[in-house]
Amino acid sequence: MVIRQIAELLSAKVLCGEDKLDGVVNSACGCDMMSDVLAFVKDQAVLITGLCNPQVVRTAIMMDMRCIVFVRGKMPPADVLDLAEESGIVVLATNERMYVACGKLYQSGLHGGEVV
Amino acid sequence: MGNCVNFHFDIDGDNFTSAGEASVRIKKSLREMGFTPDVIRRVSVAMYEGEINMVIHANGGTADVNVYVDKIEIILADNGPGISNIELAMQEGYSTAPDNIRSLGFGAGMGLPNMKNYTDDMKIESEVGKGTTVFMTVNV
Repeated sequence: MVIRQIAELLSAKVLCGEDKLDGVVNSACGCDMMSDVLAFVKDQAVLITGLCNPQVVRTAIMMDMRCIVFVRGKMPPADVLDLAEESGIVVLATNERMYVACGKLYQSGLHGGEVV
Repeated sequence: MGNCVNFHFDIDGDNFTSAGEASVRIKKSLREMGFTPDVIRRVSVAMYEGEINMVIHANGGTADVNVYVDKIEIILADNGPGISNIELAMQEGYSTAPDNIRSLGFGAGMGLPNMKNYTDDMKIESEVGKGTTVFMTVNV
């Protein structure tokens, strides 16, 4: 799935990484516990989360993820966006709840991929 | 043993927001040095978990990364409260992190087990009331 399609499916705002919306991603994970992302993610390129602090971006960096989707209308502060921008990670924000956001993406072909 | 490149960081224990900065810098440095993505991820995740632990539990500490041709050593040292039962602390799901840390996305009791899983060797030396040093090695 192209990242632009994720933004469209979730009516999401693009908060940074506009130039990388044509990037292709093949799997995603939805999680608010960064400890679990670090423990279970293998090659998922998209992180869907309602947690909104710099550790979300650092976790995504560690796991080589390419896109973060903030759900439930969460808007990350400027320092979080700066860190994502520096690291080349696309950041989207949607009003959808976690369950619905994951459901819409899964239904459209963005699956979970393998876990560790 | 051959040539070694050392990176040293002081980890600020008062600032959860900046926790992980050293790991991000190591990740960039290892990428510039040409290590494989798998090695880079293993080193940086293990170090990141350790950094977070030092900030949550030990008011910070120091991190040293020694890069050799055939292995990378990570040594994390703090003067925190120490770990009274290392075997228990190594169990998945066991955590003594306060609730406010869980609300920040950590404290699921996966840190130490994850550090062990991502590295080829891990050793913990700890004394209650004095501090903890974690030695980890990732083979290249």
